[in-house]
Amino acid sequence: MNALLDVVLVAGLLALALHVARARDDQGAIVGFIAFGFLLGLGWVRLASIDVALTEAAIGGGVTGLLLLRVEAHTRDSSAPDRTARPITIAAAAVLCIAVTAGLAFVILNLPSPPPTQAPAAAAALDATGLENPVTAVLLAYRALDTLLEKVVLILALVGVWSLAPDHLWGGAPELRPAVVPEPLSYLARVLPPFGVLIAVYMFWVGADAPGGTFQAGTILAAMWLLVMLAGLRAAPDTRRVTLRLLLIVGPAVFLAVGFLGFAMAGGFLAYPAGAAKPIILGIEAALTLSIAVTLGMLVSGPSKRAPTS
Amino acid sequence: MTGFVDAFTVLAVGSGAIFFLAGTLGLLRFPDTLSRLHALSKADNLGLGLIVIGLLPHATSVSAGLKLACVWLLAQLSAATASQLIAGVARNRRPRA
Repeated sequence: MNALLDVVLVAGLLALALHVARARDDQGAIVGFIAFGFLLGLGWVRLASIDVALTEAAIGGGVTGLLLLRVEAHTRDSSAPDRTARPITIAAAAVLCIAVTAGLAFVILNLPSPPPTQAPAAAAALDATGLENPVTAVLLAYRALDTLLEKVVLILALVGVWSLAPDHLWGGAPELRPAVVPEPLSYLARVLPPFGVLIAVYMFWVGADAPGGTFQAGTILAAMWLLVMLAGLRAAPDTRRVTLRLLLIVGPAVFLAVGFLGFAMAGGFLAYPAGAAKPIILGIEAALTLSIAVTLGMLVSGPSKRAPTS
Repeated sequence: MTGFVDAFTVLAVGSGAIFFLAGTLGLLRFPDTLSRLHALSKADNLGLGLIVIGLLPHATSVSAGLKLACVWLLAQLSAATASQLIAGVARNRRPRA
């Protein structure tokens, strides 16, 4: 029965991937890509990786899909004369994709059995961190440096998006609100955010001991903020506002500060003093959740569209 | 007693699955956007609702049961909003077509 479910899931994923690659219009391809993200999330559930599944559904399906849809709408307005790729480009992309897939398949099929794993060591050291979710322990204790760099990359991406704004609009606010806001959308934007914020806080809090964590919580917070901005209930903030910029960097800044304090308190960069690891990790996570939410919200909002006020 | 509960679960989840099947059929076969939306939202609301009701007796704790109910309510809210939005677009397009 479970094998049947897996086969159907894999067949659906392959069919959707083909559909995305073959879709004639960009919008259809993006919608297919969003569905692909959610289905891939189900695949991760089948592999018992709930943390990855949540992130895939939130980031791979949700945020990336919304980002692509906005880019598509943007490029459609000011369409370049010829946007269709030449056959040679398509063929090159296909060959590259097939090479990557074949390479990955070759590597995975050639792993020794059982494959080398750090899982027992990670589980054995879990007590020292005070956490119960091994994924969070990997992200914020064992491999904290990777996570720190990942958050910095997010902010660099936002700088890249902002720099698309023309000079006279620099520092102004992006525009998300459509010309006419449909009634149901503004209703949803009034009703949903309280629940969304509650779920985000829960997601963050439960992440220490169960699947969940900063990225998922931050994405939900960002979604609620975007909903409010899309419905025009609150305008997007000026990108030069100091509070906005402080919120963007508070997560990585706290993370870095704790990292350097590690030299003084525990004898190494990003080392946590024994016994105090859990409260420190929770503090970092709280700051990170806020920064991720603001960064993702501003990423989707796009470059400035209005001149800065005052 | 557990036999009764299991039978109830099978009945409720089975009916929910039938609603999803009917909704999918309607989505594929109905002629226009509004009827297709109707089929889709029926599957979401009733199908998911029946599945949640069927699973409720198996919830390990009260909070787990509440989470199940919340999933249904949130899915209903988003499905209703999405249907309204799509229906609005479909209605605006019709005179031009």
